[in-house]
Amino acid sequence: MTVTVAGGQGFYGDHVGSTRTLLDAGVDYLCLEALAELTLAILQKDRQRDESLGYTRDLPAYLALALPHVAEKRTKVITNAGGINPVGAGRAAVETAKRLGISGVRIATVVGDDLTGRVDELAGAGHGSLTNAETGEPWSSFPGDLLFASAYLGAGPIVSALADGADVVITGRTADPSLFLAPLVYEHGWASDDWDRLAAGIVVGHLCECSGQSTGGNLSGEWWTVPEPWNFAYPIAECEADGTAVLTKAPGTGGRVDFDTVRHQLLYEVHDPAAYVTPDVVADFTSVALDDLGDDRVRLSGVRGRPATPTYKALFTYPYGWSGESRVAFAWPDAYAKARAAAAIFRRRVEMAGHVVDDWLEEYWGVNALHGATVPLDGADEAPEVIVRLAWRCGDAATVARVGREMAPMALSAPPWGLTGTGRGMGGAPSQLMGLWPALVDKSLVDPGVAVEMVEV
Amino acid sequence: MGDVARIQLRDLCGTRAGDKGDISNVALFAYDEEAYEAIRAEVTADRVKRHVGSLVLGEVRRYEAANVLALNFVMERALGGGGPRSLRSDNLGKTLGGALLRMEIDVPASVAASAPRRRPVVP
Repeated sequence: MTVTVAGGQGFYGDHVGSTRTLLDAGVDYLCLEALAELTLAILQKDRQRDESLGYTRDLPAYLALALPHVAEKRTKVITNAGGINPVGAGRAAVETAKRLGISGVRIATVVGDDLTGRVDELAGAGHGSLTNAETGEPWSSFPGDLLFASAYLGAGPIVSALADGADVVITGRTADPSLFLAPLVYEHGWASDDWDRLAAGIVVGHLCECSGQSTGGNLSGEWWTVPEPWNFAYPIAECEADGTAVLTKAPGTGGRVDFDTVRHQLLYEVHDPAAYVTPDVVADFTSVALDDLGDDRVRLSGVRGRPATPTYKALFTYPYGWSGESRVAFAWPDAYAKARAAAAIFRRRVEMAGHVVDDWLEEYWGVNALHGATVPLDGADEAPEVIVRLAWRCGDAATVARVGREMAPMALSAPPWGLTGTGRGMGGAPSQLMGLWPALVDKSLVDPGVAVEMVEV
Repeated sequence: MGDVARIQLRDLCGTRAGDKGDISNVALFAYDEEAYEAIRAEVTADRVKRHVGSLVLGEVRRYEAANVLALNFVMERALGGGGPRSLRSDNLGKTLGGALLRMEIDVPASVAASAPRRRPVVP
């Protein structure tokens, strides 16, 4: 039996309408991956404004497309759109179904990833608990107030929901590829210690979770040869019970699936490719054989896996002040010199005004804003134009705004010519920053709180 | 070793960068087996660390994925503190792969001669 899973969303902001190509292709499971680390900051701001928010708000739009197919039992939907409020997302899903007059659909919500209220308990659990997994810092140096904390759950709760007859499964934080592994475990009956097959499912998930990134998007190879890049291609995996699969894309779309497009995604956001740690299995991405079959089909086989670890990764977040930014363009001659001088004058004005700035960043667009020290500066003095982007971080939004207002008077009192290219925003609106603290948490401390809530509409 | 030639990485491989917290991973995908052996020999973690300079404040580690002719560089403290708190325009480090492609290495002359040197054609 072949099971088809498809990646219909790669981030919060992806193109909703392109999902239609996957539904029309008749995929068994439409998986929508909505949560990047950066998304958490957006969701946190939403929830600060309104307690009922905190999930990705394009979920109803996706469901409006998918639910008619779901109601006809042609497909099921699995998504982590719940963000930091899966219960709120579940409520929105039910409302969407009712609004569309859909009935006979079971909507499951997975809860238990939220650790926000349990931090003291977890930090006290011994074993160097909540040590920063990136820096090694102890929990005692966690900088400031906790905004929220959540664990990356695995495929387990989704498999349970499917076994209970769910047609739509909404989770909060779940490891991205586990969204795709879950239906394969459920359909193929893979055992929880069948490490090679679980790893094969993780590879499928990893290749599908970023929508167009495995089908010719963001390709650094011959990107200019990708067909019809405006006709977004999203990935479909045809998965067999033995763990092998063929990665392809929706018919009638642009893009391309070949060895190069697939390998570009294979290592995306991967550290040790021989040990890709997920809640369900440790997958060896160096064991995957990619066979380019032509016609936008790449076969995946040979995947090996090792036993899962006893921990979940969790993210703890904290407020990190506010940022503002401003850009000014300078023209030849001496554009780079003028830009540097303007930055120095601006910073001096801010200092004279007594505004407290915790961090400054200067970037010179047209010179080395993106590639920094790797760029030779030989031609910089003759650059036809240079944009200086100044960014600053302060303790509060009001100070950020006051710093920005120091820019305007420079229009008539700084290097020539005026404040070209600042746009209407000038100082830019203050934006709240958020820090991330990744840590490992024993599964035994999280699992008792994980549950599936089912609603039938 | 026979004749050698100097070549920029952009002519030997493609690249993609990903982010997790303040860590960036940059993968280099060689265009063929010979190019893979060449970058495996030359593009060491130390060399990458020196090349990226102040873009990356922490350690650089290298991993190999021969099945996809790739090297993967994991760079710590590489994103101005991490996506949601970084002041950088490129707070996710999406362009860091490009910074690596600028590096020049010495390769066997035959590898340089057969490098594709592909350039975009955009109307």
